[in-house]
Amino acid sequence: MSETTHDGTVAVSAPVSPDEGLTSAELAAKYGLSVSGARPSLIEYVRQLWGRRHFIMAFSQAKLTAQYSQAKLGQLWQVATPLLNAAVYFFIFGLLLDAKRGIPSDVYVPFLVTGVFVFTFTQSSVLAGVRAISGNLGLVRALHFPRASLPISFSLQQLQQLLFSMVVLVAVMLAFGSYPDWSWLLIGPALLLQFVFNTGLALIFARMGSKTPDLAQLMPFVLRTWMYASGVMFSIPAMLADKDVPGWLPDLLQWNPAAVYMDLVRFAMIDEYDSTYLPPHIWAVGIGWALLIGVAGFIYFWKAEERYGRG
Amino acid sequence: MAEENDGTKSGRVPTVIADDLHIVYRVNAGRSGKGSATAALSRILRRGKDDEARGVRKVHAVRGVSFVAYRGEAIGLIGSNGSGKSTLLRAIAGLLPAERGKVYTDGQPSLLGVNAALMNDLTGERNVILGGLAMGMSREEIKARYQEIVDFSGINEKGDFISLPMRTYSSGMAARLRFSIAAAKDHDVLMIDEALATGDRKFQKRSEARIRELRKQAGTVFLVSHNNKSIRDTCDRVLWLERGELRMDGPTDEVLKEYEKFTSK
Repeated sequence: MSETTHDGTVAVSAPVSPDEGLTSAELAAKYGLSVSGARPSLIEYVRQLWGRRHFIMAFSQAKLTAQYSQAKLGQLWQVATPLLNAAVYFFIFGLLLDAKRGIPSDVYVPFLVTGVFVFTFTQSSVLAGVRAISGNLGLVRALHFPRASLPISFSLQQLQQLLFSMVVLVAVMLAFGSYPDWSWLLIGPALLLQFVFNTGLALIFARMGSKTPDLAQLMPFVLRTWMYASGVMFSIPAMLADKDVPGWLPDLLQWNPAAVYMDLVRFAMIDEYDSTYLPPHIWAVGIGWALLIGVAGFIYFWKAEERYGRG
Repeated sequence: MAEENDGTKSGRVPTVIADDLHIVYRVNAGRSGKGSATAALSRILRRGKDDEARGVRKVHAVRGVSFVAYRGEAIGLIGSNGSGKSTLLRAIAGLLPAERGKVYTDGQPSLLGVNAALMNDLTGERNVILGGLAMGMSREEIKARYQEIVDFSGINEKGDFISLPMRTYSSGMAARLRFSIAAAKDHDVLMIDEALATGDRKFQKRSEARIRELRKQAGTVFLVSHNNKSIRDTCDRVLWLERGELRMDGPTDEVLKEYEKFTSK
């Protein structure tokens, strides 16, 4: 073919064929060739992702297993890490700072531990999301799969991590006198909503982090601020009650997604933490956040699908 | 000419068309090459201007390459280090977005290699499954091929190594397992990047035979290698890249003769 028009190229002329004179695009169309690396339609993308569900599951489990494989205690750290985490927060906020204002004191430990675990779920999903593409460029540049597999896989890994934490949480609940009842069934939908929200957030930060890897340095500070503003270790209305703040501020803080999902799980598990502690319409807000961030994050990530892995 | 040999029949079906393809890498590094804090700061302050001013360096790796590959061809890619061979392969596979120009392909071309998907902390067994899934095989396919993969790698010849983490393998053993996983899948358009030179002599022979087998099943094969002998053995057409430009495109013997003249200079 004489399509090699570049200077210095020895063009190899093929025998006269019916394809002679066609442009590349016409030739491609004639034989049904498609543009390599083009972004699939949104529906096709969802279909491809579904086809890769086994890879997504296997990848998240592999990451989870590999995490502690060098440690002597091995997988025991899955449970020990959240337990130690909760112990540190209890020492500082429960004992030193006495942050349990407005919460019955026998409920404070379950209140705190639930907050820490639920917030950690979102926090680590975001942090993993930032590095989902930028930290796996080798994979992105070597193999072909819908890139959303990576952030989804990482937030699945965090979900599995959370399930280990739930073992600790149940033990804490039992120790402080909250026993399983029907309301515990609400944990399922609450965590499901949070998982959808987290995945959306991970997708958003995966795209941003692939363009600006510096986010990995910045996000820990943003997330810590978010944690302190969400009432992980104190009750937002009780803490702001005697402060001179505008009336909308406690509402705003309570309706932020992290606070909403923490409150939903606390409400489900802790008997004394009843609906008087919850802001109104909390389930609607929880569903709204999950749908909004989940769908928007997915579309935002998909929009740059063909550009991941560049340079 | 190679193309005429198998191409005179009317059934010449193109599988890969590259049309004036340009690939540009962007590297975040000051022009001075220093990563100092002040350099980074001045880079941010100059934001909004073009990439060059902000100290983002462009590497124009592939410059205007065009060719058409047909079903049944085995095409070798040669050129000195950094001439853009691997970049071109990745662009054909759709893994690197093109700056300008387009690549049209029949189906999904795949690079032979799963290294990036494997995890050193996992056992060989789990890596076989993970690698297979990463390449897009189904769980059933992997189950069916599992024993074949392990036997081919020869990992278990010296004891039950497949149930040990991959970090305990010698580099040769790990390379053999990686190749065995990668070669387990059938491909429409297959691209091999220097994959022939792994393992000991015995394994090399086995992997060359496997590549010939894959070649027969695949529609079109691209092979990047610095070993002229393996190019001569496998390919009937050769693309010679130099500084990102297509310098020569033709039958293996002709191009290799010119290339050898060029490199011995």
